Amino acid sequence: MVPPMVELRGISKSFDGGRTHAVRGVDLVIGRGEFVALVGGSGSGKTTTLKMINGLVAPDTGQVLVAGEAAGAVAPHLLRRRIGYVFQEIGLFPHLTVAENIGITPKLMGEPKDAIAARVAELLDLVGLPRDFAARRPAALSGGQRQRVGVARALAAKPSLMLMDEPFGALDPVTRDALGRDYRALHENLGLTTLMVTHDITEAVLLADRMVIMDAGAIRADGTPAALLAAPDAAVRALMETPRRQAERVRERLEASA
Amino acid sequence: MNERLAAAFGLLPSYLGQHVLLSASALVLGIAFSLPLAVVASRNPRLRWGALMGAGLIQTIPSLALLALFFPLLLALSALSRGLLGVGFQALGFLPSLLALTLYSMLPILRNATTGILGVDPAAVEAAKGVGMTDRQRLFMVELPLAAPVIMAGIRTAAVWTIGTATLSTPVGQTSLGDYIFSGLQTEDWVLVLFGCAAAAGLALVVDQLLGLIEAGAALRDRRRVIAGAAGLIVGTLAALAPLAHGAGAGERVTIGAKNFSEQYILATVMSDRLRAAGFQVAEKDDLGSAVAYQAVASGEIDAYVDYSGTLWTNVLKRTDTPPRAQLLSELTQALAARDHVEVLGALGFENAYALAMRRDQADRLGIHSIADLAAHASDLTLGSDLEFLSRPEWAALKSAYGLNFKAERRFQPTFMYKAVTSGAVDVISAFSSDGRIAADDLVVLTDPKQAIPPYDAVILLSPKRSTDARFKAALQPLIGAIPVEAMRKANLSVDRDQDKQTPAQAAQALAKAIAR
Repeated sequence: MVPPMVELRGISKSFDGGRTHAVRGVDLVIGRGEFVALVGGSGSGKTTTLKMINGLVAPDTGQVLVAGEAAGAVAPHLLRRRIGYVFQEIGLFPHLTVAENIGITPKLMGEPKDAIAARVAELLDLVGLPRDFAARRPAALSGGQRQRVGVARALAAKPSLMLMDEPFGALDPVTRDALGRDYRALHENLGLTTLMVTHDITEAVLLADRMVIMDAGAIRADGTPAALLAAPDAAVRALMETPRRQAERVRERLEASA
Repeated sequence: MNERLAAAFGLLPSYLGQHVLLSASALVLGIAFSLPLAVVASRNPRLRWGALMGAGLIQTIPSLALLALFFPLLLALSALSRGLLGVGFQALGFLPSLLALTLYSMLPILRNATTGILGVDPAAVEAAKGVGMTDRQRLFMVELPLAAPVIMAGIRTAAVWTIGTATLSTPVGQTSLGDYIFSGLQTEDWVLVLFGCAAAAGLALVVDQLLGLIEAGAALRDRRRVIAGAAGLIVGTLAALAPLAHGAGAGERVTIGAKNFSEQYILATVMSDRLRAAGFQVAEKDDLGSAVAYQAVASGEIDAYVDYSGTLWTNVLKRTDTPPRAQLLSELTQALAARDHVEVLGALGFENAYALAMRRDQADRLGIHSIADLAAHASDLTLGSDLEFLSRPEWAALKSAYGLNFKAERRFQPTFMYKAVTSGAVDVISAFSSDGRIAADDLVVLTDPKQAIPPYDAVILLSPKRSTDARFKAALQPLIGAIPVEAMRKANLSVDRDQDKQTPAQAAQALAKAIAR
């Protein structure tokens, strides 16, 4: 039997020596090819949960398995080279060119120069950036272009798992929508497994197959968007209905002003 | 004037070369220590506090004191290593200067590098971890390159400090551009002082600009600027060091020491000239303090210098009695040979005694002829002394013998001490009896009826090694008993006066000619 891409077993994390817990007792299994949105308000523990998967945060208790392999069985930096990581602040290296940024993980893994150059060109095509961007520095790019480079950098070492932390959160709505749709297509075409943290229910519903809702460090609900709309938990139902309620109010206001 | 400037320019290649060698080595060492320390400090808050605190503390020590403190420290370490391993090292000159300047250069580099590394955008640090860098890769591929402009700014500050502070290494026996400043200050040769300041400032400015080019290159990620700046630094350093490489000529190398006043420069030059004529290769270490000079000759750091019998009697032998002049000299000769294997080659023929002196008009008005007369008026008068007199046992002896209590006591460089008494800023000074300025400034020397001040015959001291070197001794022997006090005063005045000033080298030539008859 093929093990799931990610398996979290009772993981907990406290940042203040145990007085309060950012995450407590989370169990989560993510299958291969799934696109899961991890949703919740500020301080719900969704980012901490995500970072425990690629070892940026070490769990106090519990077990993390990636592709059936326990974290700790491999050095954290080797694990991270196999997992794509995209986050809101992007974190492109300002002293490197776009090509050097995208090719960084293959370079760390000691791949030959020409193979890296070919991969960079391929990735620029894949994320919809002109190839002549390769020689530019990040400072010469727009916010949307930078995050496309961020996604390309995360994909460079051909990971099968992508972790995304509010990846499009700092972008304008039009760019955000375009990037979201383009990424969903990449997810399908490359056969990726994606776990995306977001506080935006609309984005989650539009992109993800499955939603995990966190609250106060624990999982409150887990299921397809449709299933969660019918959840027994009234608060979850209210949360899931916000996109539709907002859309209705938008329509009402537009009709009223017409 | 032109001749003095020409003489100053003639010394420039050697002074500049030594200065560059010292400051460049100190800076390289400073960077080599500070950068790894800054990396560790940026990872560990407790160590960061300690490292920055320590470097800051060193910075509060006056630079001259820090330089001076390394001499006794190294002397003790050298004696220890000679005892344990059979090899000693030079405690004077390059090594203490290098260590003090290295410590001095560390704070700006350490502080800027720590701040720079901690100031790297947290997103870049998180991305570095996210793409799978090891701690080491993150440091070298992300943190150091991004902190480079801040680190370079710190190195720039350190470079300017080091080049400026290196001028203070002269008193511990390291040749530098400070030699112009210290000897110019002693001989009131302001052209020389200005020349030294301008040379040091010019050097600092050029280095600052070149490092600035590298800093700008690092900030703008412009490789050409970094290469241009680095190439300028390397070529400049090599060019400045080139004259030093020619130094190794024929003849045995010897070093003549001098304390920090005109008579000492003149006598050191007279000795050097004679040794050179005898085929030695001679270096001079000027501006040594009294205690430093004696320790240096005893340990062989210098081969010979001139000191004064009373100074050695009270300060080195710690004797408080005052036997007659001839007896003191012979006892001193035996004691130094027995204790330190230092040979008193002989007395030059004149005394340079500490003597209390005042303006003639004031002494006449108050009816003061002797130090005993002075005691009654001392509470209304101010004493001006050189830098060390008030700390010497002679002063303590004088004070208790006559019950002297001045209204105030002020310390000066010897040059300024004479200025202070002629201008009326002080009333009584601790003059030197061989000083030409006593007559020139119309001062009276007060008699010492109780003989509290010991005799001060000028004597040549030889290091243990030279005391068995017949050729060396033969070169200096003709000076023994050959210099009358009038000749010494005349030579001193020709350097110290304001009009028609001569360099110590010129005065030395004239003195050598006069005593050769």
